[in-house]
Amino acid sequence: MPASLTLLLADLQLFPPAASAQAGPIDALYWFEVIVSAIMTAGIFIAVIFLAWKYRRRANVRATQIEGSTFLELSWSILPFLVMLVMFWWGAKLFFAAQNPPKDAMEVFVTGKQWMWKVQYPDGTREINALHVPVGQPVKLTLASEDVIHSFSVPAFRVRHDVVPGHYDSLWFTATKPGRYRLYCTEYCGNQHASMGGWVDVMDDREYANWAGGGSHGSLAEQGQKLFEQNGCSTCHQLDQQGRCPILRGVYNKPVQLDDGRTVTADDSYLRESILDPNAKVVSGFQPNIMPNFKGQLSEEQVIQLIAYVKSLSPATPASQQGVQQRPVVIAPRAKAPAARPPQ
Amino acid sequence: MADALIHEAHEPDIEATHLRHHFATSAQQMDASMLGMWTFLITEVLFFGGMFAAYAVYRNMYPGAFASTSKFMDVILGGTNTAVLICSSLTMVLAVRAAQLSKRRDLILFTILTMIFGTAFLVIKAFEYHSKWVEHLIPGFDFQYDEPRYQHNAQILFFLYFCMTGMHALHMIVGLGLLTYLLVQSVRRVFNANYFAPVEMIGLYWHFVDVVWIFLFPLLYLIGHRR
Amino acid sequence: MATIAHGTPEIAAEEVNYLNVEHGWKSWLLTTDHKRIAFLYLISITAMFFVGGAMAVLFRINLLQPEGIFSAETYNRLFSMHGIVMVFFFLVPSIPATLANFLIPIMVGAKDLAFPRVNLLSWYLYIFGAIFTLYAVIRGGVDTGWTFYAPYSSTYSNSYVLSAAMGVFIAGFSSILTGLNFIVTVHKMRAPGMTWGRLPLFVWANYATGLIQVLGTPVLAITLLLLFFERVAHVGIFDPNIGGDPILFQHLFWFYSHPAVYIMILPGMGVISEIVACFSRKRVFGYNFVAFSSMGIAVLSFVVWGHHMFVTGEAMYTSVAFSFLSFMVAVPSAIKVFNWTATMYKGSVSFDTPMLYCFGFIGLFTIGGLTGLFLAALATDVATHGTYFIVAHFHYVMVGGMVMAFLGGLHFWWPKITGRLYPEAWAKFAALIIFIGFNLTFFPQFILGYLGMPRRYHAYPPEFQALNVLSTAGASILGIGYLIPMIYFVWSLKAGPKAGPNPWGATGLEWEIQSPPTTFNFDETPTVTKEAYDYGPVEEIVG
Repeated sequence: MPASLTLLLADLQLFPPAASAQAGPIDALYWFEVIVSAIMTAGIFIAVIFLAWKYRRRANVRATQIEGSTFLELSWSILPFLVMLVMFWWGAKLFFAAQNPPKDAMEVFVTGKQWMWKVQYPDGTREINALHVPVGQPVKLTLASEDVIHSFSVPAFRVRHDVVPGHYDSLWFTATKPGRYRLYCTEYCGNQHASMGGWVDVMDDREYANWAGGGSHGSLAEQGQKLFEQNGCSTCHQLDQQGRCPILRGVYNKPVQLDDGRTVTADDSYLRESILDPNAKVVSGFQPNIMPNFKGQLSEEQVIQLIAYVKSLSPATPASQQGVQQRPVVIAPRAKAPAARPPQ
Repeated sequence: MADALIHEAHEPDIEATHLRHHFATSAQQMDASMLGMWTFLITEVLFFGGMFAAYAVYRNMYPGAFASTSKFMDVILGGTNTAVLICSSLTMVLAVRAAQLSKRRDLILFTILTMIFGTAFLVIKAFEYHSKWVEHLIPGFDFQYDEPRYQHNAQILFFLYFCMTGMHALHMIVGLGLLTYLLVQSVRRVFNANYFAPVEMIGLYWHFVDVVWIFLFPLLYLIGHRR
Repeated sequence: MATIAHGTPEIAAEEVNYLNVEHGWKSWLLTTDHKRIAFLYLISITAMFFVGGAMAVLFRINLLQPEGIFSAETYNRLFSMHGIVMVFFFLVPSIPATLANFLIPIMVGAKDLAFPRVNLLSWYLYIFGAIFTLYAVIRGGVDTGWTFYAPYSSTYSNSYVLSAAMGVFIAGFSSILTGLNFIVTVHKMRAPGMTWGRLPLFVWANYATGLIQVLGTPVLAITLLLLFFERVAHVGIFDPNIGGDPILFQHLFWFYSHPAVYIMILPGMGVISEIVACFSRKRVFGYNFVAFSSMGIAVLSFVVWGHHMFVTGEAMYTSVAFSFLSFMVAVPSAIKVFNWTATMYKGSVSFDTPMLYCFGFIGLFTIGGLTGLFLAALATDVATHGTYFIVAHFHYVMVGGMVMAFLGGLHFWWPKITGRLYPEAWAKFAALIIFIGFNLTFFPQFILGYLGMPRRYHAYPPEFQALNVLSTAGASILGIGYLIPMIYFVWSLKAGPKAGPNPWGATGLEWEIQSPPTTFNFDETPTVTKEAYDYGPVEEIVG
């Protein structure tokens, strides 16, 4: 028994590591909340104990009937509310920052399905329940679900986002401390929900360069090109001619006018929908019911590959999102300073 | 409420028959019954409200599918039903009035008329549903939609159509049951100027069901209707 | 010093009261007496509490080992059913259907609720719903969590989703009718002189609860109905494969379920107001503010539901609005806590069991409520959503708060309800055990949550084991703590000393009638001339 107790205690953590640029600021808010809560709790506990003791029942001592005090009511409503406003503002500010990844964020694609995370990198590397990222580089995860709602979470980075089937979700972070950190699924998704976890490896430049080598099947965009041909997409969407279908070269992230008058942006979600439910949005000037519906024929991972291919047809797509190896094999410091906050 | 004045001149015997033991006066009992019915109707508003919310969300998401499905909404039948229900509300009000004035014969007559109109509504609805069945437009029962473009979204919209009108029809059926009860009690001379709370309460319920239809009809049948 | 007056000789002969006026199962199962119905409810919800509690003990045992002990499937069904049973079949009806059902007519000076037969119907609907849900439990359980999220619940789960959901659907109508009854009773059945401003705060709290029950529960009903159709006929309303939106389910679900959590705390707050007044021998400090804060909570509760969905991809500005409103809804709760504390100032405080539960409530609800602020703040919610932090937060408010208040209220009004006194020493002991067990169970979970341990996990990384073991140890202590009152309450029914009309010397119409009351409560309708907590003339009006 004592031996296992030691083991228990040896493993004991009380606070998660802070391994991302946003972890520190979020922890700061967390500690503020803890301190405010501790003060309030202590205050109430002390007040209750003190008052109960000081005014404990004694023979021949009557209670004094007091109506109330508007001044006190206003004070103890407004002052706590002001403190809450600080929490609100602070939390909202950090939340905003978490919504918008920097333009040079490295894109990684994560597909959740019962009960594993399948990770795809632009250079074609794939892994399951594991994520390898370089230190100091903003990383944007595009999240897709094959089935039910999952939720991707890395406590050490203080990031989390639900992965809802039917559209893409995303989150971003900049890892700041090399090491291994747990990742979890945190939305109950069925039987093996608890097994749907793994590790994020944050590596320094050299390690990462050694690890990143591309998949044996080529980059994501190359895999996408194969699918494009195998599934007959090229028949219509011949890249430079307007056949029965809209042009794809240069379409990524551009505005598109639909046949019902709406204008939308051809982002990842739009491209995904165009493949899996082509009739949902039909480009103005083209006919509905012509493009086959690939729902059930292409997995979310394959759709990601196709989208990577379409993105590669746009000259404006940053190198970080094409099938180009992310990190040059250098040991010297980067020329450009990282946009993220310095690591904690 | 003018009813308070009527209650002033009460006959203790009749009151004793209907006054429940926990109420002090029959005015209190009437008041409580009315508030109870209004509160219950508010819960119904929230209940239908959930469906209206889902409908609003999907209509907003799929305007094309909505426009496409609207041609299957039979405005003639729907409009006829609207007229039928409005008439039934008129006869219901007249029934309540008759009870307030102790006019038993009129009460019975108008209750029966209301039931006839209510039944007519359900019969017309049955025709409508049948035509949908024949055209394979009932989700979950071999649903087929002629425009493949809108197949899936139309299924959702039709489901909401059946859910909303079906819930409404269910409430109508319950209403007919309540009216049957009312009829029986009227024949047994239970209601008069001193005791007509159940008539008024059931009247409220009936009007509510009518009002739900007044919202359903334009939303489902009229707006964006395409031939 | 205790305030209990032990059974006095004058009550030697058995008075006629609502319990002994009639015998036989028909007189109970067809009763329309709100007091008997409250008693029926008390037995039913206690049974459900122990069903849900047994599940909790089982899955906490599973969590002793990082790799789990039972299968994942078993664990998933246990936690889901624990939630469903505890939320819908214990907490939501708890105080309203038992204590408030019993007390509200008496407190307003009426002979019964406005609609006694509807009250009985409420109980039958509860039982009918419970049967459906227990059927699911017995047949092997449901594993969707009490939240029934689509598309898992609608398409993927192969557990007894339908019968569990239909049980909840039916029980929802029980809740609606109870709320309706309370609303009409408080509006229309107050005795002469009982103005709104003279109502006990317990009545205000349960009135506000009734408003939430009436307005919120129908939306749950339609949500479960849509889920029913989706599961049975695959109509696609929540199926993303054909354009349905799983997030719509969440909006509809939480539109009820957030206000529901206030159904699960407001009545407890009402109890605390009554107890703190009696055991400080003082009117509650700031009566108006406490009364209106109940109404404020009821109103605000309907506009914060989106804080359960901050990580679903809710639009940013929507999230900001919900975050702000969620902070606002904390203010009325804080007002109450301060007012209760201030009530003890210059009071005459005694430490009988109800007051001990009151202290426990104030402390633990404060912690629970404050941790709610962590979750109202967007950034820290993202860091803790779906983890044990949430589990700890809601158990602090629902168990540390509401259940303690329920126990406090049961002890306070036990003499009135049963005509018997419970054993004070055992009661104090149990209260202490419960307090210790509760904190040991749930405080470590805050730490686990920020560490990242997800909820609804049958197995977990080994570094979390120490804290889980602590938590399970606490749970066993808590379980024992809950058993003790069960035992002595039942014992007291036959062997407890008989209680007089007002063993605590409390104010309130319920203490002016015999214990237990007669069927019609009052021989003649009282005329009320005094304020609610008239323990003495007002001596200080602090400006």
